[in-house]
Amino acid sequence: MVYFEMVKTALKTVLSKPATILYPVQAAKKTPISRGHVVQDGSKCISCSICVKKCPAQAIVLDKEAKTWQINRFRCVVCNSCVDTCPAKCLSMDTQYTAPATVKGIETFTITYVKPAKPEKKEEPKT
Amino acid sequence: MTKQIIVPFGPQHPVLPEPIHIDLVLEDERVVDAIPSIGYIHRGFEKLVEKREFTEYVYIAERTCGICSFIHGATYCQGIEQIMNIDVPERAQYLRVIWSEFSRLHSHLLWLGLFADAFGFENLFMGAWKTREKVLDFMEETTGGRVIQGTSKVGGVRRDISSERLDRMTKDLDDLDREMKELTDVFLHDDSVRHRLRNVGTISRNDAYHLGAVGPTARGSGVAIDLRKSGYGAYDRLNVQVVTDSCGDCYSRCAVRAKELFTSTDLIRQAVKKIPEGPIDVKVTGAPDGEYFMRAEQPRGELVHYLKGNGSKFLVRSRIRTPTLTNIPPLIKMLQGCELADVPVIVLSIDPCISCTER
Repeated sequence: MVYFEMVKTALKTVLSKPATILYPVQAAKKTPISRGHVVQDGSKCISCSICVKKCPAQAIVLDKEAKTWQINRFRCVVCNSCVDTCPAKCLSMDTQYTAPATVKGIETFTITYVKPAKPEKKEEPKT
Repeated sequence: MTKQIIVPFGPQHPVLPEPIHIDLVLEDERVVDAIPSIGYIHRGFEKLVEKREFTEYVYIAERTCGICSFIHGATYCQGIEQIMNIDVPERAQYLRVIWSEFSRLHSHLLWLGLFADAFGFENLFMGAWKTREKVLDFMEETTGGRVIQGTSKVGGVRRDISSERLDRMTKDLDDLDREMKELTDVFLHDDSVRHRLRNVGTISRNDAYHLGAVGPTARGSGVAIDLRKSGYGAYDRLNVQVVTDSCGDCYSRCAVRAKELFTSTDLIRQAVKKIPEGPIDVKVTGAPDGEYFMRAEQPRGELVHYLKGNGSKFLVRSRIRTPTLTNIPPLIKMLQGCELADVPVIVLSIDPCISCTER
């Protein structure tokens, strides 16, 4: 029969530093690959809409006419699927979580990418 | 005859993290019968399989449960791989074992904490969750997610663990083992814990077997069933120890889980030692045509994913049978004849995961 088995552990805990941190005064622990939230770089997006198709939560809406890329942060499950499949590498994963919000809003990014004009073929002088 | 009264237990109850409702039929303070009802958080995951491509459904399969998420994802992927006859690279199989066992550690530590909370040992609850945090830190470091790992995919895994990290892991596991030893000693040897749990919610071996108990609930009654022994994935190359206890009460179920922590760390050590170099995934072409029952061992017991495809990108049927669902009939058996004050402890002793159950 063992009594007060916990005392040793409890005393150790009392005498050591707290295991918790004072968030948000102190930043949360993050690793370089932590999945926080998706960020889009409008200058690289080629409007291929693969991310829209590959999103399991259907959180992304792309409007080719208005040149906007919208994400519903409350639908997004941060699975990294869009970042993995983006052919233009315009999507990236930020390690920090989005700030808490009181309104369910949609975040809009503007696509500024301009397709570079095809270099005109110079007619080679016929010889 | 004493007058019978019905006391509702749940769906909102301090001891329950998730909603399940049980009507307890009482005679004085003694429970004579229990009538469960589920259906508070049904989310329709099985129907969603028709709307999402089979490669994207992995993310949804993973979110069936918030605790054993990685194993759900991996089981789904293994099922699809069986239908499509995909040979998964060795390294991916070992990585799946490593992450599965870390999931088990995190699930068991979470449960041990909750259980300590249920029998009123607040200090032990905090201790268990402090240790669990180390496991979660490892998860975040290697997969990017603390609870939802999202690293399994059809044809392999999405992330690799570097060999330096794997080398360091043995030392980390030793530290973790030491910390867990201190913790489980309290669960296994402390007299107040033993006094609270011994002979509470007893179920015989025969009843446990015939009512379909799985996982630690069955093993706590002496039924030695562990799906890892069947050798799916890389488990056939590892030495899996099945922990059992014969008494069938709450203490036995607690002891089984406490001891399984060490079998998990042992399996990770074996996997780290044996893991080969090589690719982590293969390219998947085509779509699944056929059906398969994939079974795997979750922290709570046996999990079944039934998948059926018709050659298109969308599966036609998915059925997920989670361990908690089959552990409810044994739970009712345990509740019959117990004291009302013991009900919270008994309900928690099967490690109920209601989100899993209702999918």
